[in-house]
Amino acid sequence: MGRYVARRLLQMIPVFIGSTLLIFCMMFALPGDPVAALFGEKKPDPAQIATIKHQLGLDLPLWHQYWNYLTGLFQGDFGTQIATQRPVAEVISQAFPVTVRLTLFAFFFTVLIGVLLGLVSGLFAEKVFDRVVLIFTLLLISVPSFVLGYLFQYFFAFQLGWLTPTVQDSRDMGQLLLPALVLAALSLAYVTRLTRTSVAENKRADYIRTAVAKGLPRRRVVGVHLLRNSLIPVVTFLGTDIGALMTGAIVTEGIFNVHGVGNTIFEALNRREGSTVVGIATLIVIVYLVASLLVDLLYAVLDPRIRYD
Amino acid sequence: MRGATRVTMTRRALAAVGVLALTATACGGGSSSGGAGGGAPDGVIRAFWTDPQHPVEPANTNEVQGGKVLDMIMRGLKKYDPSTGEAKNAVAESITTDDQRTFRIKLEKGWKFSDGTPVTAKSFVDAWNYGALVTNKQVNSYFFQYIDGYDDVHPEKGKPEAKKMSGLKVTGDRAFTVKLNQKFSMWPQTLGYSAYAPLPKSFFTDHEGWLKKPVGNGPYKVDSYTRGQSMKLSRNTHYNGADKPRNKGVELRVYTDQNTGYTDLQAGNLDVVDELPAGQLKNAKRDLNGRYINQPAGITQTLSFPMYDKRWKGEKGALVRRGLSRAINRKEVTEEIYHGTREPATDLTSPVLGAGGGYEPGLCGSACEYDPKAAKKLIKQGGGLPGGKITLTSNVDTGSHRQWMEAVCNSINRTLDKNNACTVNPVPTFSEFRSDISGKKMKGMFRTGWQMDYPLIQNFIQPLYYTDASSNDSGFSDPKVDKLIDQANAAGDQKSAIGLFQQAEKRILETFPAIPLWYQNGNAGYSERVGNVKLNPFSVPVFTDIKVK
Repeated sequence: MGRYVARRLLQMIPVFIGSTLLIFCMMFALPGDPVAALFGEKKPDPAQIATIKHQLGLDLPLWHQYWNYLTGLFQGDFGTQIATQRPVAEVISQAFPVTVRLTLFAFFFTVLIGVLLGLVSGLFAEKVFDRVVLIFTLLLISVPSFVLGYLFQYFFAFQLGWLTPTVQDSRDMGQLLLPALVLAALSLAYVTRLTRTSVAENKRADYIRTAVAKGLPRRRVVGVHLLRNSLIPVVTFLGTDIGALMTGAIVTEGIFNVHGVGNTIFEALNRREGSTVVGIATLIVIVYLVASLLVDLLYAVLDPRIRYD
Repeated sequence: MRGATRVTMTRRALAAVGVLALTATACGGGSSSGGAGGGAPDGVIRAFWTDPQHPVEPANTNEVQGGKVLDMIMRGLKKYDPSTGEAKNAVAESITTDDQRTFRIKLEKGWKFSDGTPVTAKSFVDAWNYGALVTNKQVNSYFFQYIDGYDDVHPEKGKPEAKKMSGLKVTGDRAFTVKLNQKFSMWPQTLGYSAYAPLPKSFFTDHEGWLKKPVGNGPYKVDSYTRGQSMKLSRNTHYNGADKPRNKGVELRVYTDQNTGYTDLQAGNLDVVDELPAGQLKNAKRDLNGRYINQPAGITQTLSFPMYDKRWKGEKGALVRRGLSRAINRKEVTEEIYHGTREPATDLTSPVLGAGGGYEPGLCGSACEYDPKAAKKLIKQGGGLPGGKITLTSNVDTGSHRQWMEAVCNSINRTLDKNNACTVNPVPTFSEFRSDISGKKMKGMFRTGWQMDYPLIQNFIQPLYYTDASSNDSGFSDPKVDKLIDQANAAGDQKSAIGLFQQAEKRILETFPAIPLWYQNGNAGYSERVGNVKLNPFSVPVFTDIKVK
């Protein structure tokens, strides 16, 4: 087990270097000059541009810039933004907590509501409740998130006045409720479908019949025997989903005024802030890697037959 | 046995998560109902803002969000009157000159920074020297280009030879002289721009700290600034100007974009939004019950031609350009696409200048009037479009540029009865567009927007049409125009200076290197909670005058 985890962690290093290099090169290849753009509609000042580029090392060849970036990274230096002159680490540490809060909140809804709905409709497959849930989830999957976002905003904030339409303070969970629900909607629908199918299939399995025959209480049959085995595909989905929730929130963040990672990376991309984009993208790659490792480890917990040696 | 323990563990974990979430939502519910959308303390204005793209320092801010803050916390020698645009003395007691080149500046008594230190001649001279020095990387350095010795601190290449401009001399505690490198009679009127603001000692001794919490001599002072959230400003008790705030303070709230800001304005969570989203302009007046402002701003849009391209040179080129201008139905475009937030242009300046400042509607004459028949004739006289076709180039990442470009091309095509005479050439980003322009790669028409630095006719003419001037993107050059501009700058009184600039403008319009398209308006919306909301000539709300009900 320990060796397995160590090996997986070691594997992350080449992935990490590869992904930074790839994104770094892509940013480099994009047309447009972020330094010249500082001057807005005015004609850029060549002397100024040369000074700024020299100070930030942007006048060096690509390989040298990448080398500087990488060595800086190992000393905890994510680089400096061109326009704001702020350290990228500061920008990231401002945006990430917001997104993590939103993601965890959304994730909580996804798991709780998704698994619950899936379990109940799986247990009562082909009954009325199952059909209603099917329609509900199909609706969530087919409606784009911005439509849902504006709808929620209109009903819950403007018509009913229960919540604020936008987020003023991302530490206030009440304000994050709407964006979290919108963000969770799509994954929630998928989790419901996955759980339902899995439960409906497993409830006819031999070991369930055995458990019922042994006279185990229904709670135990459903809660332990059935659910635990049915959750394996769901956990796989959730693992990759946590990364998608973190990055895929650009639209939702935009609608609800959340100053998170999605918004930051979008802005940085527009302004060609290379080091910001590379820094955030790399962190997201790490989130994906860690999440997939956790998923693999969770398999062993859910299914004792799976062992890592 | 093992299974059992695992189950209890899972259950415990689940319970913990549940409790956590419940408490979290419970707290959230409580505070959101209590705050009812994040209400502000009494008397404080809540205004739309986005995090400024540059550090907020006077010589390094060239966009409106940073400018908003500087306008509140800084006061220069002059201040532009919010309604007339006239430059009036602020910190300056007097600015005098005998030769339109050396200016003696005296400061008024009693001005202090919000940290209590006095505003002296040195505060100005140090600030200007800082702004001009190339190694300080200030984007507004060019404002100091007329001061003697600018080339030494800001050479076009290589390292600066001096750290201070030789043209600035402190002559007393509250007096200094400025020597310019050329005659420039209207120079004192440029001093209302925030790049010329004085800076306290703390700016130079603790720069990092100053940027986190800027200190100035304006009507407001910064109390706190949390990036990505808000900046809170309150009255500066040391403020010495006449325009003391009529409210208790301003909270600038950071939004991801204009749409979220507008949403909050409608929900009553925000008081002033000075940039309405393009998609809402049509309904804004009705949605906001008339609490909507639409007034001229110092921004003009023109279409320039590559005068460095030989196909556009000579008499014939001028005829074709004039013809193209008459083929554009400006009125239709400004109404259909911009819903009246742009006005068809009839000269090269802007209505914010007012008649006294040199704005003269109709100066462009018939060349700016839509007349398809005359347009066709003119283009024919000029030998037709070069190669039978023309492209219209602009960046399309902001400002509904794609829409109006298509409309303009349609208008030209309809006039010429040809489907593909004019085609749109969209450039994805502004920085790409900018590098194409400075690389002189333009073949056909291209968008040239101008946002004034100060409300003076000089600023609409000289930087754009003087030979090799800083923003002369078309490469236009006419010795007669240059001469008229020189004369205007040397003129002893303002009236004759303006007259000479207008003559230069007329002369420019004879060659017609750029088609005036429209004047841009600034617009804003405000809530029922506030009143007396106005925009200044730079389209920034006049926060000091706003009253909270």
